[in-house]
Amino acid sequence: MSVAPRLELTDVSKRFPGVLANDRVSLSVKPGEIHALLGENGAGKSTLVKMIYGIQAPDSGSILWEGQEVRIAHPRAARRLGVGMVFQHFSLFDAMDVLENIALGLDGAVSRKQLDAEIRLVMEKYGLKLDPRRQISTLSVGERQRIEIVRALLLNPRLLIMDEPTSVLTPQEVEDLFKTLRRLASEGCSILYISHKLHEIVELCERATILRGGKVVATCDPRQETARSMGEMMIGSDLRDPARGQVSVEGPVRLSVRELSLPKPDDFGVALEKISFQVKGGEIFGIAGVAGNGQNELLEALCGEHLADLHTVIEVDGAPVGRSGPSGRRKLGLCSVPEERNGHAAIGAFSLSDNAILTARSRMGFENQGFIHKAGADEFAANVIKTFAVKTLGPEALAGSLSGGNLQKYVMGREIMQSPGVLVVSQPTWGVDAGSAAFIHQALIDLAAQGSAIVVISQDLDELLRLCDRLSVINLGKLSTPRPVGDVSVQELGLLMGGSHGASAHDAGGIHAA
Amino acid sequence: MTLTFIIDALVTVIGITTPILLAASGELVVEKSGVINLGVEGMMLVGTIAGFAVTFETGNPWLGILVATLAGATAATIFAVLVLSLGANQVATGLALTIFGIGLSSLIGSNYVGIAIDPVESPFPDALANDSFWRLIFGHSPFVYFAIVLVLAIGWFINKTRAGLVLRAVGENDLSAHSIGYPVIAIRYAAVAFGGAIAGIAGADFSMVISPLWAEQMTAGRGWIALALVVFAGWRAGRLLAGAYFFGVLMALELYAKASGHAIFPSQFWAAMPYLIAVIVLALISSRDGKDGKAPACLGKPFIPNG
Amino acid sequence: MRLRLEKRLEPSRTMLVMTPVLSVIAIMILGVIIFDGLGYDGPQAVWELFFTPVLDVYKWRDVASKAAPLIIIALGLSLGNQAKIWNIGAEGQYILGAIGAAGVAFATQSMTGFWIIPLMILVGMICGAFYAAIPAVLRTRYGVSEVLSSLMFVYVSLQLLSYLITGPWKDPDGHNFPQTAQLTDVQVLPHEVWDSGIPPGLLVALIVAIIFYIIVSRTVFGFSVRAIGEAPHAARYGGFSSNGIVWATLMISGAMAGLAGVLELMQLTRLNLGFPSGYGFTAIIVSLLGRSHPIGVFIAGIVLAITYVGGQVAQTVVHVPNATAGLFQALLLFAILASDLLVRYRIRINVSSPPKEGQRL
Repeated sequence: MSVAPRLELTDVSKRFPGVLANDRVSLSVKPGEIHALLGENGAGKSTLVKMIYGIQAPDSGSILWEGQEVRIAHPRAARRLGVGMVFQHFSLFDAMDVLENIALGLDGAVSRKQLDAEIRLVMEKYGLKLDPRRQISTLSVGERQRIEIVRALLLNPRLLIMDEPTSVLTPQEVEDLFKTLRRLASEGCSILYISHKLHEIVELCERATILRGGKVVATCDPRQETARSMGEMMIGSDLRDPARGQVSVEGPVRLSVRELSLPKPDDFGVALEKISFQVKGGEIFGIAGVAGNGQNELLEALCGEHLADLHTVIEVDGAPVGRSGPSGRRKLGLCSVPEERNGHAAIGAFSLSDNAILTARSRMGFENQGFIHKAGADEFAANVIKTFAVKTLGPEALAGSLSGGNLQKYVMGREIMQSPGVLVVSQPTWGVDAGSAAFIHQALIDLAAQGSAIVVISQDLDELLRLCDRLSVINLGKLSTPRPVGDVSVQELGLLMGGSHGASAHDAGGIHAA
Repeated sequence: MTLTFIIDALVTVIGITTPILLAASGELVVEKSGVINLGVEGMMLVGTIAGFAVTFETGNPWLGILVATLAGATAATIFAVLVLSLGANQVATGLALTIFGIGLSSLIGSNYVGIAIDPVESPFPDALANDSFWRLIFGHSPFVYFAIVLVLAIGWFINKTRAGLVLRAVGENDLSAHSIGYPVIAIRYAAVAFGGAIAGIAGADFSMVISPLWAEQMTAGRGWIALALVVFAGWRAGRLLAGAYFFGVLMALELYAKASGHAIFPSQFWAAMPYLIAVIVLALISSRDGKDGKAPACLGKPFIPNG
Repeated sequence: MRLRLEKRLEPSRTMLVMTPVLSVIAIMILGVIIFDGLGYDGPQAVWELFFTPVLDVYKWRDVASKAAPLIIIALGLSLGNQAKIWNIGAEGQYILGAIGAAGVAFATQSMTGFWIIPLMILVGMICGAFYAAIPAVLRTRYGVSEVLSSLMFVYVSLQLLSYLITGPWKDPDGHNFPQTAQLTDVQVLPHEVWDSGIPPGLLVALIVAIIFYIIVSRTVFGFSVRAIGEAPHAARYGGFSSNGIVWATLMISGAMAGLAGVLELMQLTRLNLGFPSGYGFTAIIVSLLGRSHPIGVFIAGIVLAITYVGGQVAQTVVHVPNATAGLFQALLLFAILASDLLVRYRIRINVSSPPKEGQRL
């Protein structure tokens, strides 16, 4: 006689304008089970989970909780049932302290003192470390996630949903998280673990439901599968490794950065301290690091949004650009692709043609004495669309109407087709489907083969290890000594990424940043 | 510098500070929720005419104040519907509200030009209210006492209650508050309506106490000073109280200069002073990089939930 | 039957043009109701307010001379609107422009020459631009909102005007009225351009509209203004300086307001306490009704000028107070802001079907 599943979804569907996000999805989670919900970006995982947590309602299908059919109308109702959720994007309030943030996550008023005591109890029990008095803005991403976890645990959940929890953690922090989750599961709490990180799911989960295009395509036991086999089920076709091939980097130094220092741009930013590195033509240089360690500040300093103290701090092909703005740097051959697609790399409300004007007007010649040559911009945009296989109606389509992967391909294409001598990109395949990601990687490799110097800033170690020749880690605004990719292990990288937060428990003779 | 003169001066300062103190307190709550309502001047004027007209027609000042409050809240709700439910631009809509308030009060007020009503008197007994010394404390209209109590109550509410914490959360990060499950739009509606109600009372203070003779645009731009006041109080109630009285002193100086005739500078200089000082203080405050005194992070931004 | 709002994939261009038209119609209907409610002859009042100025040829000159300053100021404001830089103090810059031109006029009272009028216009525009530069520096150096600062300076300019009129510039022949001396014939533009009946102001407005059209649609500067308004971070990435654009848009709109002030001064031939006409504020409505586009602004300016002239007509014929025009202008603004929704969302009507199992009611 088997126990009723903790959570059971039967034929749940949800439609949004233009897309069927979930198509008759069925899912079953046993008590105390760690269940993976696997799928690419856009497969429908987030939507499904929002329905379990009461943020959205299913258009059809049923949800059973411990054998009883339920209608979860609101997150509060979900919490009352015993469903806790740790979101991928934290619901935190920067200007308030940890205690206030946790209080806001609760459903009733609790006195500060009582809450403080309860929090310390939970942290003790699960080995989570936090100071309740600290202001959120001063915490690292890993620490912020701990707040979300404590918030969820205070409600004694019977089902804990974790949405892409490890994308912002160092390898050591991931281990700590897994320990906490295993502890919870052993006490009877079910865990629904959403991720696209195959090796983690193999390590942690007992059961997996795989979504593709809104439908369930497989359920399996990850302990009996490999990362590759699950990956193929997730994508539905063979994964193709981009060809890096034999690379010899004998070219001249094209990008030189000497002791680049920049103060914090605002209260919540990170100061850059004496960053130095050089990149030769034909080389792909990687900068690894957990989000929030200065990556955005570094990209903005390199592309010219923030000027350096001295003109010679940054040099492109030997020419100093430190005091030039983005337009000046582009003229000398330095192009960039920031992390945030919509709002930074591109303007969502503008057409693709106008977005071409944004960065390519000077190098591609459609700017003349202050006037814009629209036909030139249209032509260039159409070229990018064709060459980079961007799925869209044409150069007049609005950037905001493109899917994440397609917009990223367009933005990459726009910069690469300007034939820059130096290209700096940040998180090039974040939130992008596997097909587009592979395309982008190949495009970067091809650009390097033509002699350009490329800098890739990324949180995805797999990506960096696959693409780069040399690697360095950014931590708290400082850059570690660059090392050839073959010479360094994931473990070492993890320690460098952890720096002074969170890695202390594993710091046995650790390698320090140079 | 006789005692009588000093007391007169203080009484004047307290009296003219009250409307901007009221309007600013209401707007403080609104802005803490993340919305900026530039229509304060318009809402005040709506309260001005409502209070005046109802008091004149019915002879009951309390009814007048009540209607003024409701009128202000209603005007604010129009703003709220446009901005919160229809997604209109906050700056433009606030301005529209001001122009509307000016137009509406002029239209209705055209029937009352030149008419006067009895100013609302102190709630305290005659002996105290009219005593040459004690009137400093007891001689003010109910608006004055209400304003001071209100500011302190708002300060306590925002910082010490759970509801205030939720209000602050909505203004800091509306998306997070929404994810957790708080009704962001409903909370903002309530805050905006509250701000409007208080602005209505502030307006009524003009036509029922300060100058109980109807004229067009009685508020003369005080609503804008109230907005500036919220900014340089750093969105904190205590500083709001102090800042308001500082302004009261400036405005009193203008009256004194006009009345006494000998004022070093022409009267127009003194009339311009409050506005110039407001700008100077804004500049000084904004360039000081303080941790406290930061605007609610969502101020002025529309709330666009994504699922 | 239930109404649902569905977000459009792209903002609707049809609606962008239709909504101002729909707003005007909606307000006309609302006007009939309001006037009837207040005891006046509703349909007659709305007719006089909106239609008489259009149909009565003798009113056209009035409409044109009121439309000109509105259009000129609104064109300048539109540029700033697109960059989300809100110059609320155009009224103050308008007054300063007039003061500047008047200063030149009084300094050259006994002189003649073709250079006087262009000089007055130039000085007026410089004064307007300078007055707008104050909020610009406050915003770029001190981070002060241009909304608050430009507004404060309107009140300062009113006091300055009052001081000049009652003090140093008081008309010696004016029997102590608060007004300045009159401008001489060489200091004033003719009432119509080459006997065409068209007031010179309207011609200036047309020329300015064409110039702005070219700037906005064809130049990098126009592109940068739109970019900053849509996505300031992306604009910075694209190499555009946010501070530079703040200065440029504020000073341009200040110069335009100043220009309007000079033209109006030449029409009235003297300054008095009634000079601040509120055009600086109404122009805000014009720019929003015209969707910050030169062609739209031109038309919107005419529409609002119609309400001004119509208001006076309605006062004479139906005895509605003059303040009504202002109220209507505000209602028009509300309508256009509300109707923005239709540009971004589509209204779907759901015919109800029996709820399926598990479906939320």
